[in-house]
Amino acid sequence: MTYLRDAAALARKDLLLELRGKETVPAMVLFVVAVFVAFRFALPQGQERAAGGLLWVAIVLTALLGLVRAFVPEREQGVLDALVLAPCDRSAIWLGKVLSVLAFLLIAEAAALPLFALFFEPVDAATVAAVLLANVGLSAIGALLAAMAVAGRAREVLLPLMFLPLAVPVVIGGVGATVTDDPARYLGFLALYDGIFAILAWATFEYVVTE
Amino acid sequence: MIEARGLAKRYGAKRVFDGLDLDVPAGGFVLVTGPNGSGKTTLLRLVAGLAAPTAGRLEVAADRARIGFLAHEPLVYRELSALENLVLYGRLYRVPERRERIGMLLERFGLWEARREPVASFSRGMQQRLALCRALLHGPDLLLLDEPFNALDEAGAALLDAELAALAGQTFLVATHDPARLRPVATATLALA
Repeated sequence: MTYLRDAAALARKDLLLELRGKETVPAMVLFVVAVFVAFRFALPQGQERAAGGLLWVAIVLTALLGLVRAFVPEREQGVLDALVLAPCDRSAIWLGKVLSVLAFLLIAEAAALPLFALFFEPVDAATVAAVLLANVGLSAIGALLAAMAVAGRAREVLLPLMFLPLAVPVVIGGVGATVTDDPARYLGFLALYDGIFAILAWATFEYVVTE
Repeated sequence: MIEARGLAKRYGAKRVFDGLDLDVPAGGFVLVTGPNGSGKTTLLRLVAGLAAPTAGRLEVAADRARIGFLAHEPLVYRELSALENLVLYGRLYRVPERRERIGMLLERFGLWEARREPVASFSRGMQQRLALCRALLHGPDLLLLDEPFNALDEAGAALLDAELAALAGQTFLVATHDPARLRPVATATLALA
């Protein structure tokens, strides 16, 4: 319980920082809305499969936008050192960041999915389930990679280079769940992705944040 | 409390220090002096466990819950208030009677009136006072202080002098450019080249 309370306190701190700074969520929402508006006019009628792909590419890139800024407050004041020194389990720092990135993504998607339904095609339950599953995996692996990238000088370049290849399975699983009549196995695939990468990130975070 | 033998740290081809021996007994107050780039900060980071030595042996008889670390930067969130920062750290460090302890430290370091203001609005000296509050919050046994008088005005420096005197008996490893100020309380000095 203490572990979860630590993670919750760190996530709450991120939400408070965002509430004050408004630097991440507005950018994520604007990006995803701009993509849908642009493709509303660019895609020809009757291209539902292409629209399904567009939804997932937009979600992955929106997540990336949030992740690029995920550890900026910690980097700016060297706060990560103080968090690493605290006697809490270091993976609680990761979990706190996962929870805050997840919250930012959910807010962006709360704007994006209705817009997608309005412009392209209705969003069914399988797509919503796939989006929720994908959020978990993207946040889990993304928070780990963001912590790795923040230590380097070329962090804005490094993070996409590491994150996008690992996000390809999410796009495949998400598109599959969106466009097929039998989404169950794609949802299972996304759940498996979440499990594997969440365990991997949880277990390795400590080694990422110490020199 | 701290024992190092043949300690070395390199970043790639750059050697920070090599073959360093250090003994800090419990209750000792050891100054670390030396020019810029001699490895004072790096040594403190090694002792804190924030970095691993390239070679040599380092033993610190205090787990990280018992270490107070004051760095060059205040290690606090600029958009949060002083109170919000200390409440967060108090929770992570499992400080009992957190509110009372935080209130006492903020009063002692002259930050009580500004406790609800964002740290971004603080002067550098106020940020250093807050950093000291953060480092002392959990009542550490081992204090690692990197240039503790940095940015403090005379009043702030006097407060810190009084705090160091009150903490006599704790173990200190202090990196400083101004050893004269701390020499009266120091038990040993380590000069890095």
